[in-house]
Amino acid sequence: MRLTINGETRDLDAATVAEALAALGLGDARVATALDGTFVPAALRAATPLTAGCALEIVAPMQGG
Amino acid sequence: MPVFYGTTVDSPLMLGTAQYPSPAILAAAFRASGAGVATVSLRREAGGGQDFLRLMQGLGVRLLPNTAGCHTVREAVTTAHMARELLGTDWIKLEVIGHTDLLAPDVFALVDAARELSAQGFKVFPYCTEDLSVCGRLLDAGCEVLMPWGAPIGSGLGLNNPHGLTALRAAFPDVPLVVDAGIGLPSHAARAMEMGFDAVLLNTAVARAGDPVAMARAMALAVDAGRAARAADPIESRDMAVPSTPVIGKAFLA
Repeated sequence: MRLTINGETRDLDAATVAEALAALGLGDARVATALDGTFVPAALRAATPLTAGCALEIVAPMQGG
Repeated sequence: MPVFYGTTVDSPLMLGTAQYPSPAILAAAFRASGAGVATVSLRREAGGGQDFLRLMQGLGVRLLPNTAGCHTVREAVTTAHMARELLGTDWIKLEVIGHTDLLAPDVFALVDAARELSAQGFKVFPYCTEDLSVCGRLLDAGCEVLMPWGAPIGSGLGLNNPHGLTALRAAFPDVPLVVDAGIGLPSHAARAMEMGFDAVLLNTAVARAGDPVAMARAMALAVDAGRAARAADPIESRDMAVPSTPVIGKAFLA
């Protein structure tokens, strides 16, 4: 499925947010997710389907002021 | 020491984590500063986030995630939710930027976002201006801490409106107040503490100094000096001289 991950268009074999994280090697990483601008809690990732063209954001703690 | 939402932190110095020359210097600067709170952001995971989190968790400071770069209520609220899950804290430094060049807060969106997040159980630290009405609205929205800017973020200008900050302190004597942004020198930090602020939050002044670790130490000394001075009840300034040496007893030598 073609989707946008962190601003980049990707073809990913994933049907849910959880599968997308696993496919990206982030299954065990400390990250947070939002789909099309809406927060997806970790507990809901496996039940949150991806749709063609959707935008998935995957963030982590970084340097900040 | 400052108390934020019932939690006492170890130091009136709050330090940002951006722009250090290296992670090792960041860690050394934190140790030299004695800071009790560190701000962090959320950014797209590109491989560095996991190491950074481990570094920060090893410093023994409380993490305060921010919503830096958010321009809308929706962005800020979504970011806050992601931060709460990721870091396991309901503290959020709420930034809703309204003006790109000055990085000035959009105070209207800020109040809306603060109200929404407070209702959802967040403990909101709003980056705001020193405007008394805006600050009053933020308290009404559920904030129990206010973080007015001293000057634009990263400018190093210090306290642009000391009279406004003094008025804010006087207007809300029981609200924890933090000067956030604009501090460039230890004297700026000391002055904020002398004015009765509970804490200062700074980043660039330390991270971009030629020697960040030494500057972190200087800032720690400054906030301690300023806090001690406030507690010592400083004299009022006046326009004319008053002799400090007694006049009585002076020898007549004319």
